[in-house]
Amino acid sequence: MKLTLKIWRQKNKSDKGGFETYQLNNVDTHASFLEMMDVLNEQLIEENKIPVAFDHDCREGICGACSMVINGRPHGPLKGTTTCQLHMRHFNDGETVTIEPFRANAFPVLKDLVVDRTSFERIQQAGGYISIGTGSAPEANNIPVNKVDADKAFDAAQCIGCGACVAACKNGSAMLFVGAKVSQYALLPQGHPERMERVLNMVAQMDEEGFGGCTNTGACEAECPKEISVANIMRLNREYISAKLSVERE
Amino acid sequence: MNWFLNFLNSTVGRKIVMSLTGLFLISFLLVHCSVNSLMFLNDDGLFFNEAAHFMASNILIRTIEIFLFLFLIIHILQSVAITRQNMKARTISYSGTSSTSTSKWYSRSMGILGSLILVFLVIHLKDFFIPSRFFDQLGFDSNGTPDMYSEVKEAFQNPAYAMIYVFSMIVLAYHLLHGFQSAFRSLGIYHKKYTPVIEFLGIAFSIIIPAVFAAMPIFFLLKK
Repeated sequence: MKLTLKIWRQKNKSDKGGFETYQLNNVDTHASFLEMMDVLNEQLIEENKIPVAFDHDCREGICGACSMVINGRPHGPLKGTTTCQLHMRHFNDGETVTIEPFRANAFPVLKDLVVDRTSFERIQQAGGYISIGTGSAPEANNIPVNKVDADKAFDAAQCIGCGACVAACKNGSAMLFVGAKVSQYALLPQGHPERMERVLNMVAQMDEEGFGGCTNTGACEAECPKEISVANIMRLNREYISAKLSVERE
Repeated sequence: MNWFLNFLNSTVGRKIVMSLTGLFLISFLLVHCSVNSLMFLNDDGLFFNEAAHFMASNILIRTIEIFLFLFLIIHILQSVAITRQNMKARTISYSGTSSTSTSKWYSRSMGILGSLILVFLVIHLKDFFIPSRFFDQLGFDSNGTPDMYSEVKEAFQNPAYAMIYVFSMIVLAYHLLHGFQSAFRSLGIYHKKYTPVIEFLGIAFSIIIPAVFAAMPIFFLLKK
């Protein structure tokens, strides 16, 4: 099939950037979106033009590297998939597809469709971990965990930190990401000792990075490739309120 | 005290302030709507006038009224601060558009809906609140109570004025439709058992209260 691609091109962080239009004449409907981008780049290289920079790694929906906003939607029109899991059969012959980077001031564009998501890394470093002695793995059944909580923690832990929630939110809020990271530990006994400090530090870092606040529109949950529930944002609010009110030293 | 200010200034804390002040305003709407419903009684407003006079003169109600205005102002100022912060988080918008929307339009338009309600409030306070608190502007009914009923009746018999009210109540309905349940979410209240109940109450409240308010101008227009 034939496609017209309207792609955001930007040389570097300080470049103003703008849209460029490209034609692709032989797009395989079985190709993934990223494979279609590969074909475009080969075509650009043959024409002696600079290929479009975009993030990708595992190409099987688990690493969180691929991003892109396709026709106004992070990771494209499909529910619960990443860009790499999106196939060209979901587009129509002759369609114009607009491809932009994730937009948030906390995710500055580095080049074309590549954005700097290290703000997420810094939020994780602020508390998205548990401090334990390394060594051989302890016996799994030593600490009983309620199955319902274990399932909820696992659902939250499915977050791949891609940033689609931020890209989808009209406020550029990272609360679904932070909510998922706080929840996965708050729900498990191993996460309890550092529970209070974790939520306080992660929210403080999130605010410092310049993400917006949640207004409960639910756009993040709808666009999340791992379908992380907004219930995690409510848990984040709850954890934050109780930590703020009960922690003696800050 | 520093920790508390720091709490209120965080993105989570700001939403808590919006939520608590919003819930207070919601409770006020219920009281206001109940008292005003007395206008539907077929007694030429005698009972309504008595109730309105009580609300305007009781010391406890007047004290709560101060908090009402205070919370309303905080709700407005906080919304301005939140909107500014959120707009700063994304300065370049998307140019691609999607035919399917992933969120409700009114959940994305709380600032605009709220601003329209503020315009309505200015008109409303000027025309009804001020006369109700300064009795010398009002006549007296057959019981000798300040006649708020006639004041309302006269205003609502102007069709253009009545339409402003009906429109504003539609705006209020959408503001509540998102605000009611969002307030609970911001407080971290989310539970498989209770959230559906909160959502149902929110929808019922958002329809019934504005509908009863909107019925008042329509009632007087038809009565004319």
